Amino acid sequence: MTYDLNLRVWRGDASGGELTDYVVPVEEGEVVLDALHRLQATQTGDLAVRWNCKAGKCGSCSAEINGKPRLTCMTRLSIFEPGETVTVTPLRTFPVIRDLVTDVSYNYEKAKKVPTFSPEPRQADGTYRMQQEDVQRGQEFRKCIECFLCQSVCHVIRDHEENKEAFSGPRLFLRYAELQMHPLETNDHRDAAREESGVGMCNITKCCTEVCPEGIKITDNAIIPVKEHVVDRSYDPVVWLGRKIFRRSSDD
Amino acid sequence: MTTTGTEEPEPDRPNRANATASAVAEPADGPLSGGVKAPSRARIGWRTLRKDRYWLEPTLIVAGLSAWLLYGFVRVFMQDFYYVAEHHYLTPFYSPCTSTGCVEAAAHFGRFTPDHPLIPFAALSLPFLLLLRLTCYYYRKAYYRSFWMSPPACAVPDRHASYTGETRFPLILQNLHRYTFYIAVVIVLINTWDAILAFGGEDGFGVGLGNLVLLFNVVMLWLYTLSCHSCRHVFGGRLRHFSRHPVRYRWWTFVSKLNTRHMQYAWMSLGSLFLVDFYVMAVAAGWISDLRFF
Repeated sequence: MTYDLNLRVWRGDASGGELTDYVVPVEEGEVVLDALHRLQATQTGDLAVRWNCKAGKCGSCSAEINGKPRLTCMTRLSIFEPGETVTVTPLRTFPVIRDLVTDVSYNYEKAKKVPTFSPEPRQADGTYRMQQEDVQRGQEFRKCIECFLCQSVCHVIRDHEENKEAFSGPRLFLRYAELQMHPLETNDHRDAAREESGVGMCNITKCCTEVCPEGIKITDNAIIPVKEHVVDRSYDPVVWLGRKIFRRSSDD
Repeated sequence: MTTTGTEEPEPDRPNRANATASAVAEPADGPLSGGVKAPSRARIGWRTLRKDRYWLEPTLIVAGLSAWLLYGFVRVFMQDFYYVAEHHYLTPFYSPCTSTGCVEAAAHFGRFTPDHPLIPFAALSLPFLLLLRLTCYYYRKAYYRSFWMSPPACAVPDRHASYTGETRFPLILQNLHRYTFYIAVVIVLINTWDAILAFGGEDGFGVGLGNLVLLFNVVMLWLYTLSCHSCRHVFGGRLRHFSRHPVRYRWWTFVSKLNTRHMQYAWMSLGSLFLVDFYVMAVAAGWISDLRFF
């Protein structure tokens, strides 16, 4: 069944822009990205929209739909009321390039600061051996498609541009968590998590978890464990005393 | 490299000039300097474009927590109707009852704290239970969003001029949550002991509705306490090698399952605390009589 969708799209660039209303014919079962493609093909050939796989796996088509960060390729038009205007804007945490395309290089700059994986030496037969239960926690974090919706929704940087210097954001906390939990990792990343990534600035309001299209429990399974690791290292006098008395690590 | 055949000419692409479109008037507050209105970002007049009822959840949380705190405040300083002598029901709001003003039968651990209208009868437990919930990872999310509006909802601006999170005093003290957890375990053990003692009333062993309410509350308190994120970490979350600590791994797995429902247990335990306290108060005040099964 074909019907007319009221689509409101932000058009512009760093020098300015505006929300513009369009009427786009769409069909039942389509997603927001389909509507944007049809708009681009029939009315606004110069509409800038980033996309790639159209299957929710490349993380390219992130935008804000009716004010919430979402993947346009995974947002069905059927979730909106008939006649409702669907508003699509670029991610509002990053510098805009043009229309719906933003400059997400902040995330890659932060990724460069994450310490590298430093595994223990290989065993005599040249292999690494790990037990499944030791690695399965980190496997959840590997589902991340780097859509940066979690980064965009995080109010620490979304509402406070000045915090971008000191704060890495939820996507990068997945990396810190995985490193700290990895059974072969030899380095301690708790100081880095506190000082380099600014995990203490997170006030665990869980918006990152709410918007994650992969359903990763970012807050419960990555950020809070990282915070607790930092407590072990920096704020827990009993753990500190135990390390001194028994001369052993708390994370063996 | 040579090509064969004839390429189709590029079709005329529509552009903004020939689109049927209309611009939307923006609100009058215009661009500001910070947050979503920082200069490099898309200049959108609205602070948020969310149209759903995102304000409902924080409003309900403010109402729920405020109502509970008000009730708790009144009950803690009422210093009456906290013990049913006939059935040995002691409300958790007065446990352990250590004030010299406590009824002797309700003071299972002695009476030694001062009897003063401004000092709760359970002065040794209530401050720590309050701290447990204040520093709890779920409640932090709840009150940061609803009371402090930081942020009120996802993708809704927090409207604060600056933000340092939990890196400075006093919020850096949130890192002491695990100690409130340790203390809470002791207090829930005491609540459990109270619930067990309540099966032996003045007429010996018996079971009434009050016993079931007390038991329900203790179960809820255990579920809330054990599902704590700090509990999850200290039981096994801090380990890099679960395979070397099978018992701790099993505990971590158990706590992790509970942890997924920490929010539900947080609210259910608040509800059960209200229920058991109100029931004990109602029976102690003679408003209702306890329904006895045997």
